[in-house]
Amino acid sequence: MSHLPLAGLRVIDFAVVWAGPFATALLGDLGAEVIKVENPFVLQPMTRGASRHAPPKELLSRFPAMRGGFPNSDPGPRHWNYSPTMVQIFRNKKSFTVDFRQPEGRDILARLVARSDVLVENNATETMEGLGITYDWLKSIRPDIIMLRMPAYGSAGPYANARALGVHLESVMGHTALRGYSRLDPSQNSAIFSGDYIGATQGALAVMMAIWHRKKTGEGQLIELAQAENASGMLYQAFMDYSLNGRLSEATGNRSVQGIAPAGVYPCRSPGTVADGGDRWISIAITNDQEWKALVKEMGSPAWAEQPDYQTNAGRLAAHDEIDNALGGWTKEHDDYDLFHSLQSLGIPCAPVLEVSRAFDDPHVQARGLYEPHELHDNVGTFRYMTPFYRFPDTPSRIVQPPVAFGEHNEYVYKTVLGVSDDEYERLKAAGHIRMDYDDSVL
Amino acid sequence: MPGPLADMTILDLTQMVCGPYATKLLADFGANVIKIEPPGGEPGRWLRPFQGDVPDPERSGSFAYLNTNKRSLVIDLKNPASAPVFERLCRKVDVVVESFTPATMDELGIGWEFIHHAQPAAPLVSISNFGATGPYRDYRGTDLTLYGFAGEMYTMGIADREPVKMYGTAALIQSGAAASTAILGALMVGIEQGIGQHVDFSIADSHFGGNDRRHATAIAYEFSGKRSFRSGGSGNSLAEGTFPCADGWVEFTAASQRLDRLADMLGNPEWFNGPKWTAPGAVLNPELVDEFNGHFYGWLADRTKREIWSEARRAKVLCGPLFTVEELCTDPHFVPRGFLQEVTHPQMGTFTMPGRPFSMPASPWELRFPAPLIGQHTASILGESGYSAGEIEQLKAVGVLGIQS
Repeated sequence: MSHLPLAGLRVIDFAVVWAGPFATALLGDLGAEVIKVENPFVLQPMTRGASRHAPPKELLSRFPAMRGGFPNSDPGPRHWNYSPTMVQIFRNKKSFTVDFRQPEGRDILARLVARSDVLVENNATETMEGLGITYDWLKSIRPDIIMLRMPAYGSAGPYANARALGVHLESVMGHTALRGYSRLDPSQNSAIFSGDYIGATQGALAVMMAIWHRKKTGEGQLIELAQAENASGMLYQAFMDYSLNGRLSEATGNRSVQGIAPAGVYPCRSPGTVADGGDRWISIAITNDQEWKALVKEMGSPAWAEQPDYQTNAGRLAAHDEIDNALGGWTKEHDDYDLFHSLQSLGIPCAPVLEVSRAFDDPHVQARGLYEPHELHDNVGTFRYMTPFYRFPDTPSRIVQPPVAFGEHNEYVYKTVLGVSDDEYERLKAAGHIRMDYDDSVL
Repeated sequence: MPGPLADMTILDLTQMVCGPYATKLLADFGANVIKIEPPGGEPGRWLRPFQGDVPDPERSGSFAYLNTNKRSLVIDLKNPASAPVFERLCRKVDVVVESFTPATMDELGIGWEFIHHAQPAAPLVSISNFGATGPYRDYRGTDLTLYGFAGEMYTMGIADREPVKMYGTAALIQSGAAASTAILGALMVGIEQGIGQHVDFSIADSHFGGNDRRHATAIAYEFSGKRSFRSGGSGNSLAEGTFPCADGWVEFTAASQRLDRLADMLGNPEWFNGPKWTAPGAVLNPELVDEFNGHFYGWLADRTKREIWSEARRAKVLCGPLFTVEELCTDPHFVPRGFLQEVTHPQMGTFTMPGRPFSMPASPWELRFPAPLIGQHTASILGESGYSAGEIEQLKAVGVLGIQS
């Protein structure tokens, strides 16, 4: 019987917000049994939601979609189970609840550690120390445990306890100053979380490597992934230019870091405006003179495009602003998908800049089955969720567990994994450890 | 101490940015990566920045970063006489990785069937723009176009302008990191279960399925019909965005539930006291935001970004100063941690680059050797595959090894 690469491994998930939970989702996609440890008396910050209380329905419309877009625009009975901010990265995980701050809860956690291979966390460094969930403690229970810590800046040094989301550590690592429009200051941009993506994927990679090492040596270890340091790869050109040439890079907007012109995002015929998500754009990146020639012909060989200066990259680079204006004047008369197909048929790299609602309708996305429907908890409905991006034909990766509800696997974890008796289970339940919702004391 | 992947051999045909970053991550942790290059070197050797700004395939800073710990073998795969050599190389490896267009490997006569026949337990991981199936299979792409299509770029920037992407080739680097997990997963299945399989890694899929906002905007739309807009610009919500200060810029995220921390950072001023600030929706109330900004901009203008971040750290406020690469390379936190790695290259001399992406003390990251010169290891790698010096000369004579001598 063939199986996914991480089948048979158990991962304890103490991860919060986006980077850690996506790392463990990827481990789940690759076959590991991922168990989220959740506390009915503590709301994990920016993970199950901002508060135990649902956001007031009348305020939802004022939130950005990714915070306010609950199923059918209703936070429902247990909003923490379908927070749009988080729910997609709760796939392929199990969840159980325990108050691990209490001695008996800590004992439950210790029993789980003894039966697990990996623990992943990305809290502020001092948070885990405060809880006493340290590598030394884990190791005393399970000598070959692998612990992955993903602090923003590292677990030691002056910035160790700085609170950060992806957007902050990207500022620190230099990305925010470099990713904006050229000639506009960095306040004219949006918050993004690209560090969460690269940190998550490499967190999963690190765990896989440590598992491989342990298979050969029997030895576990403490991995530290400082997310800021990890994100530096995304800016490697800026680091290398400074290192080799002493030059500080500047924001170049959508232009090519290779100086190949033109590259940009150009307006297309739009059914609406930016205010309703109906503005349409196409990205085009000309990478050589032949592609430029093909583009000029497709435009009907206008005089501006045929001038001799524009037939070389150096000439196009020098006139990038003028070309952008003229090219945009042509693209805006066309539908973005029509241009996409006609230019691609000429071998020109381009694509619509997709507003996300259109992704669901794209024929390529549909042909590859990137989204698939699942039913969620509390009868909130059946919706389409993104599928794992691993395409392994002989050991397929798929959604085997739709986004997990708080405490959904309490019975399984307590009784099957930990061997807790029915009586003890009832007692722990009465003591408040085992729940499907948060305690009333939680804000 | 050997890296954790020292027992794995990777035949690496990837080029440019995404694939080479994926295999670099594995090479830097010990994998034996054989980089196959066409005569003259792979096109990634022509990527900026060049040392001294002079284009030279042995002085590309991009190539030097993306190809550490790999050995280079030049072989002309377009020459039919190269097929037996490629087959013999496949027999020695645990995985083959390539990033040509989906049709190329078959056109070269060394596609999945060929590799699977040569080495049944070795997977082939194919990295492509849109994947090996679907209507856009053969479409071209760059960092800009793939991210614009599949990543959450539509909502980046301000309403008055076009959407704006990330810096450089950040999106391809992210996909490279994702691809490295696919390669290692396929490797583990191949070595442990003896199953070679053809893995289809799509850069577009990896952004549709990524966790930088697109996961959240997609499900928000699917759940509620709510769309996400391009509404960049700072200071429209309480302490949210990028703000000017005495010597640059700082990033803040509204402490919606923790205004107490924000107040603490500001020194608990009288004006920031009272129930109106904690009323539901206050952080989004334009009048209150205006009143707040009237004080906040002044507080920021009196302080440097390091002073502000220090106060924010003390008060546990979500904040980050906008540093430059130069500031990072002299930073009192990052430099002592060993974030930068010095490397000595036979032609480029000694310089620094970002080092370990994470630390694993029992099986560490290690710079064993710099990025290779073109075909630097052709003879030694062929020798490991059993070719004698005479046979190598013969391969040269028939042009299989390109024009290298």
